[in-house]
Amino acid sequence: MNIELRDPKIIMRLSKLGSFHQSKLSFLRSFLNEFKDWNYNRDLFDLDEKGYGKAVYSFSKNNRTYSLVCFSNKIKDEERSDRVIATKWDAAFALHDGIPTKKDIDRLLDNVPKQEIGRLSYKELTLSRANKSIRIFQHVVESLSNGMQPDKSSLLKVGYLYRTTAVYGSGKFGLADRFRIKNRKEIYGPFRLEMMLVYLVRQFTFDQVNHIAKCKNRKKAVKLDVNICRNLGIGNSTGLGMAPFIVNHPTLLNNWILAREISLKKIREIKKVSNLESNIFLNCLNKSIKNITSWNSESSFQKKKINELIKDLKKFINYLQTEFSFNIEHPFNKIYLWCENNLNDECIEYIVSMMMEPFNDIVYPLIKEMSSEEEKFFTIPTNRNISDLKKILEDQYSNIIKIDFTKKERNQNFWFISKNKEEPRVGDRFLNKGSELEQPLAIARDIKKLYERILNQKNSLTIAKFLIDNNDLRHVVRRAFITEKFPYAEIQDNTIDSNLVPIDMLRLKLSFFGAAKFDPRSDKWLRINMFQGAPLPQELKSFDEHWIYNSLN
Amino acid sequence: MRSLSEIDTISKRASKAAGFSWGIAEEIGKNTRLLEMFGLPGIKNLNYYFKLYKKHKFQNISMISKLNSSKISYCPIIAGVNFLDQINILQELDEITFENVACPVLFVPFLSRASEIVGKKILLNIDKHIFLLNFNQSIYSSYFDKEIWERAEKLKISFLENNDLFSEIEWKEMYELSEDTFVEETEELKQTSAGAGLTDND
Repeated sequence: MNIELRDPKIIMRLSKLGSFHQSKLSFLRSFLNEFKDWNYNRDLFDLDEKGYGKAVYSFSKNNRTYSLVCFSNKIKDEERSDRVIATKWDAAFALHDGIPTKKDIDRLLDNVPKQEIGRLSYKELTLSRANKSIRIFQHVVESLSNGMQPDKSSLLKVGYLYRTTAVYGSGKFGLADRFRIKNRKEIYGPFRLEMMLVYLVRQFTFDQVNHIAKCKNRKKAVKLDVNICRNLGIGNSTGLGMAPFIVNHPTLLNNWILAREISLKKIREIKKVSNLESNIFLNCLNKSIKNITSWNSESSFQKKKINELIKDLKKFINYLQTEFSFNIEHPFNKIYLWCENNLNDECIEYIVSMMMEPFNDIVYPLIKEMSSEEEKFFTIPTNRNISDLKKILEDQYSNIIKIDFTKKERNQNFWFISKNKEEPRVGDRFLNKGSELEQPLAIARDIKKLYERILNQKNSLTIAKFLIDNNDLRHVVRRAFITEKFPYAEIQDNTIDSNLVPIDMLRLKLSFFGAAKFDPRSDKWLRINMFQGAPLPQELKSFDEHWIYNSLN
Repeated sequence: MRSLSEIDTISKRASKAAGFSWGIAEEIGKNTRLLEMFGLPGIKNLNYYFKLYKKHKFQNISMISKLNSSKISYCPIIAGVNFLDQINILQELDEITFENVACPVLFVPFLSRASEIVGKKILLNIDKHIFLLNFNQSIYSSYFDKEIWERAEKLKISFLENNDLFSEIEWKEMYELSEDTFVEETEELKQTSAGAGLTDND
């Protein structure tokens, strides 16, 4: 049986991408798999009784070491802000390539706590900062110092002790460019070192809270129970900074989605599924309900999605119990087709992710294909002609070129970079100033413009000659030729429409990170949790790889 | 030290702000990154050119021919973009000359990328300096000033055929030396150790 890959024109709609969930392909899970046999160590832990100071954690194997250098600082409550405009944080971190010398640590101490206005070197790979969830952190310190474990229900509501407010990599603020490290086998998957940073930060938060509690009451204090630790992750506040990334890296986006789609296709093509495989799937499914009911959000948008997901999952379980048997040929194809006909996108994509759980042989080889050598596809093939370009636009962008951009609502928004923080923002073109400085993220509008312009050109005209007078659309000519080779490279939606929900774009990227518990705080930023339920560093040598479905159980 | 990623991003944004389209700004970002990576003063020259660009008029060339001459200095960016776009036709010309080009260093990475596209090395003479562009893998140059180069009188581009840089005799000598790593074959070894021979005419 040959199953076709799902149609990019359906999959790449924002509402669909905004329904994606973590899976085995997700970067935080593939990071744990890659580094499970590395040696973890806490190399330095020099905090005062209030928990301020420095610490170093590392992963090492053979001659390679990655070290997280942590700085914990005293800040006033009124200075604590998750917004990108903040200038002070409870803690700041840099992942150093190798073992840092004292000189390195002193240099980092001068720069890392300053974040964007500090300077890093090619010896640093990622940079981040985080704030305490102050209520929870204090509650945990109080409980532990009095010899008690904290109240689990309070912890469950939040799910972490700290949340990061930015994680930077790939050359930002002087960090190492990717070309310096891209040939290292252990970091073939995207964002692997960002995931390492977050994972080690999580351990720092446990060590810090234990240390403060111990200093507070040396006689009575107890350590935070490891089962509680395991069910705590690291929170993250994410704003619009992530949205342009997926537009600006089309081949990378394609490779992420393509890996997911190939996984699904291959799983649907499996003729016979073993009992072990079906049991893994069913086990994850059964644990899902309890897991999802712990997802909290005040957002009506998200509440609706969670409720629909729970309702659909119950419907799906009922279908499996009453109408379905794994003793048929191509059982996962039958499951998928039933889902498409009976469930909402949120649940379909949740089940697609879960279908990957039993099939390491299918999923793991695809993880290595999720990076991209973007430079290879940058140059426009100017020897091609207008006929070729027209065909690409009509084939790959057929829904986009139907959009009527003469309507105000289709042009409502514009993307810009704020001057004070150099961060992406979305404004209303008709209410806000600055649309003349719009970023090139209105791809649908510009593709439509390109299509209209080439309709008047001779089919035989070369792209080289067309560009002489049409370089204002050069950026989308480049994209069109990329999309010809990479069908999942382009969001098949209008990113400046009045109906735009920017967090759909964030959600897509975060799902590939492996984030869970999406909690939108507006249509432009959300909170998430990473590594909740993940094995602790000392458990990495042997852990349940379906841990994400086991959390909270 | 600024990372190449920062150099790319800032050059791209500055180019858009200077008045180029986003698509061309993307090219400039990549080019400045290449220049700096190859040890040539990209940011320095780009920054200077944008200052000139505000005050002066530059000649934008469209179709590039064998000899391109202008009283007003050519814009190195528009000349470079069109050179890159038209490279498949231009390589037939063997030799191309531009007279009067502003900030010629900014033209170099377009040629470097063109060298990769056509699969030929390109020899570039800018006034008294030589640049050898090697398939966008490296740039060999006699230009070590690392300073602003405001204008070139003459810029001559030659496409080099993919010929060996050594003689047949030199190759033969090297080959003979390499044979010293081989084992002399006896009749017995021929019988017991051979798979397919060097030639199989059966």
